[in-house]
Amino acid sequence: MDSRPYWIFIPEYIAAGSAVAIVALELIFPKMRRELLGYMTAVAGIAWAIAAAFYVGHDDRTYQGLLQVDNFTTYFRFLAAGIITVTGLLSATYMKDKAKTASEYYGLLLTAGLGMVLMAASRELITAYISLELLSFSLYILVGYLKKDALSSEASLKYILLGAFSSAMLLYGISLIYGVTQSTHYDGIAQALAARDSGTTPAVVVGFMLIIAGVGFKVAAVPFHMWSPDAYEGAPLPITAFLSTLSKAAGFALFLRLFTTAIVVDAVEWRWAIALLAAITMVLGNVLAIQQKNLKRLIAYSSIGQVGYMLVVIAAIGYGDQEIGRNASSALLLHIAGYTISTLALFTALTAYYNKTGHDTVEGLRGMAETQPFLALIVTVSLFSFAGLPFFAGFTTKLFMFQASTTDELMWLIGLAVVNSFVSLYYYLMVLRQVYLFDPPAGLARFKLPPLMMGLGGLLMLGVLAIGIYPGPFFEAVEHATQPLYQQGADLIVKNP
Amino acid sequence: MSYDEAQGYVVLSTLAQPLLAALIILFIPATRKMAIRYVSLFFATLMLGLSVYIFTAYQIGGDSIQMEISWAWVENTAFLGPRGISLHLGIDGIAALMVLLTGIVAFAATLVSWKLDYRPKDFFILFWVLVAGVYGTFFALDLFFWFFFYELAVVPLYLLIGVWGSTRKEYGAMKLTLMLVGGSVLIWIGIFAIFNAAGLHTFDLQQLWAAGADGTIDRNTQKIFFPFFVIGCGVLAALWPFHTWSPDGHMAAPTAVSMVHAGVLMKLGAFGIIRLGIQLLPEGAEFWMPGLMVLGTIGAVYGAAAALTQRDFKLISGYSSVSHMGYVLMGLATMNSIGITGAVLQMFSHGVMTALVFLMIGALYDQAHTRDLRDFGGIAKVMPWWVVCYTIAGLANVGLPGLSGFTAEFHIFVGTFETYPLFGGLAIFAAALAAGYMLRMFSVVFFGPFNPRWKDRLHDITPLEGVAASALIASMVVMGVWWAPFTDRVSHTVTQLVGVTG
Repeated sequence: MDSRPYWIFIPEYIAAGSAVAIVALELIFPKMRRELLGYMTAVAGIAWAIAAAFYVGHDDRTYQGLLQVDNFTTYFRFLAAGIITVTGLLSATYMKDKAKTASEYYGLLLTAGLGMVLMAASRELITAYISLELLSFSLYILVGYLKKDALSSEASLKYILLGAFSSAMLLYGISLIYGVTQSTHYDGIAQALAARDSGTTPAVVVGFMLIIAGVGFKVAAVPFHMWSPDAYEGAPLPITAFLSTLSKAAGFALFLRLFTTAIVVDAVEWRWAIALLAAITMVLGNVLAIQQKNLKRLIAYSSIGQVGYMLVVIAAIGYGDQEIGRNASSALLLHIAGYTISTLALFTALTAYYNKTGHDTVEGLRGMAETQPFLALIVTVSLFSFAGLPFFAGFTTKLFMFQASTTDELMWLIGLAVVNSFVSLYYYLMVLRQVYLFDPPAGLARFKLPPLMMGLGGLLMLGVLAIGIYPGPFFEAVEHATQPLYQQGADLIVKNP
Repeated sequence: MSYDEAQGYVVLSTLAQPLLAALIILFIPATRKMAIRYVSLFFATLMLGLSVYIFTAYQIGGDSIQMEISWAWVENTAFLGPRGISLHLGIDGIAALMVLLTGIVAFAATLVSWKLDYRPKDFFILFWVLVAGVYGTFFALDLFFWFFFYELAVVPLYLLIGVWGSTRKEYGAMKLTLMLVGGSVLIWIGIFAIFNAAGLHTFDLQQLWAAGADGTIDRNTQKIFFPFFVIGCGVLAALWPFHTWSPDGHMAAPTAVSMVHAGVLMKLGAFGIIRLGIQLLPEGAEFWMPGLMVLGTIGAVYGAAAALTQRDFKLISGYSSVSHMGYVLMGLATMNSIGITGAVLQMFSHGVMTALVFLMIGALYDQAHTRDLRDFGGIAKVMPWWVVCYTIAGLANVGLPGLSGFTAEFHIFVGTFETYPLFGGLAIFAAALAAGYMLRMFSVVFFGPFNPRWKDRLHDITPLEGVAASALIASMVVMGVWWAPFTDRVSHTVTQLVGVTG
């Protein structure tokens, strides 16, 4: 078999090519309308997804054992393409007159998406690290894109400094693992760890912890979350959406691939840390969210809480057998999809509202039910979905995720997660209180939505409802996406007692 | 299509009606208020008809569960085996009575909401979603969907009370929502644990019930998680000491929401105790029921005593609901068939009676804008029909023979005396207190010297309210006079429950 099948990355060539083309276009035509670039990004996203669709269900192919294209990778291709399409459309209206140039902005959206897909595809630590940096550097610039806005620049600086620090930790972890296993390939690591005498080696444990810290930073798990509220607040609104969906999904793509194939062998050494991380993350995220006045910060902390729930699955992979690991992983993929769609729906509503009113605080939503009932409905649907109320994606996906992760050892964590989603309902209701219970500020009359925003919001809302009401087909789809994680070397993995 | 299948579709379409109503209203412009009301009335009437049909079509002497319909929803995927999650609907004798209750109360509440003029579109959408949640919970025979609909019934309450409520509405709405969802948290944890312990890879309730009865779910697990379900559902059933949302919530809620909430929603809690407590975890029930008996009795006595000291109409009814739901819990805790049958009858009786009480309070408050007992006097002179209706509700509340309250409470007392004579005595004491607060209200508000402040300012109930009240009164009288159709259906199911003594 061809060990260098270049053709397996055709969708990524499309994305990268579009990124370059979009940057070049503005250089050649400096006067062009900037919204057009946003629409082009959306088109590139759709093209990417269409190209990716040809890879569904085909045999898994690897490039030199470094990158693997399988259903798991393809799942994240769809996710990346979808997030970029929506963010591109949102940015087209939002960024209209916010910055002098826009082409880099849209180009970087695409490269960030590439970073995520490569993270999902990586089967080797150095490749995974480079993919993660591709994502991170794109995000650093995107967060600080509003140069004249002090908050935006501050956010970017904080993000870069802390990000560099976490990269260093990740690299140190990788080198420790390499030192023990003599391999950076996931398979090689798994074999070496399985062949090792049982017994705790400090280097392995420290290596695992550093890797967890490095990726934990990317998904903003407590205590590596300090950058996230500031970055969310300072970034342009569509980038906040981008951060809370794409960068988290990317982190979990890496977590899943790495933890299920490479280091699940030594689960006893890291599973307690992940369970602890999950517990702290969900509690702190939700408790701190209660006192937030700024809507972006509130969403930042609420998404930290969401990360806590998702980490429960990683812990379950460590505690449960293969069966539980597989079920929990597919439930996590479903949850990520539901969470992403809900978040994008929320930000579509917020962006549309901001474009009209200039408000992005919790108080600023006052009377939204009067001035724009449709947006109020979208906000309600997405917040209820986060809180896990029925009819909406969050109810089903959370229930599946927690049910799949239930083992006797993890019962306490599941209980904590459910209590936390109850806490989260409180601050979501505080937002809805502003939306429904108060009259709009004087001078703000009912306004009409641009048809694009209306269509986009409606479509995303239907997505939230579809997953919430009829999850069967989605659940089957993600099961296919998880399959590749568990076929490779299934015989190899003999779990420590 | 066989007869049974056709019956299944009746159940399914009853569940679909409120959702359809909400969907249709969603597409009516908000300014067409009359259209919204007529659509609501149409569906309410249809639902009333279907509910009565379901109740009467339930065959005494047939299978315990009838009119089943089952659609596979998610199966053979990940941790779900065959029939992992299915939209499995059906009714047993208990659910049949509750469905009838829902139909009557929802119909009455729709009529009462006719005069609601502030954003009726949003109100009715949320209202029908609430009703759909209630129907769904009574119909569901799949744990996933049971919980789905149970939560669905709680979701719209925050907005319904927060936007359309009165006194301290924000506080009441937030407190109520948080306490009820807090209860759901316990149920949710319990579901995860029981699903895991049963290891059947299905949420189908009938299979899980069998697993609970034959010991597949082991005794210890049952004992540990029974309180999760009973306290979780008990919050909604105003189980003392988790009842504190009830007075505040009822005081804040708009009339129709109070009616549906006290009338039907609180019964979901007691229904949950039957479904997830007694039926799912019989060994846990056996162990914990004395505890529930104590809490139920405290609730019954405490609620009645607290109602004695209140001066706000709605607070009196709020606390009296705590007291009556205390009887329901006592009846369930007896674990003998007459006691549990009585509890279910009381759920129905309290439902229609409280709905009527809140209807009357609403009719008065809309005109007077006060609910303080001391502001009134001699109301019988200006609102004779109002007084008649309220009196009937009050007498049913006290347990006057010939009205539904008597039938229900009589069963409960007999059941309680069989197993816990002391608590039976306390329950009768609570009933005496009920007579105290009701008669006090009669004497102060209805009769006595007329307060001239209300001359020409109070009008009698409107014809629509009259129709709503008659529907409620009729069901109270029927159950009080000729209770065989009710008791037969309920006890047919109750006697087949595992762990219930003769």
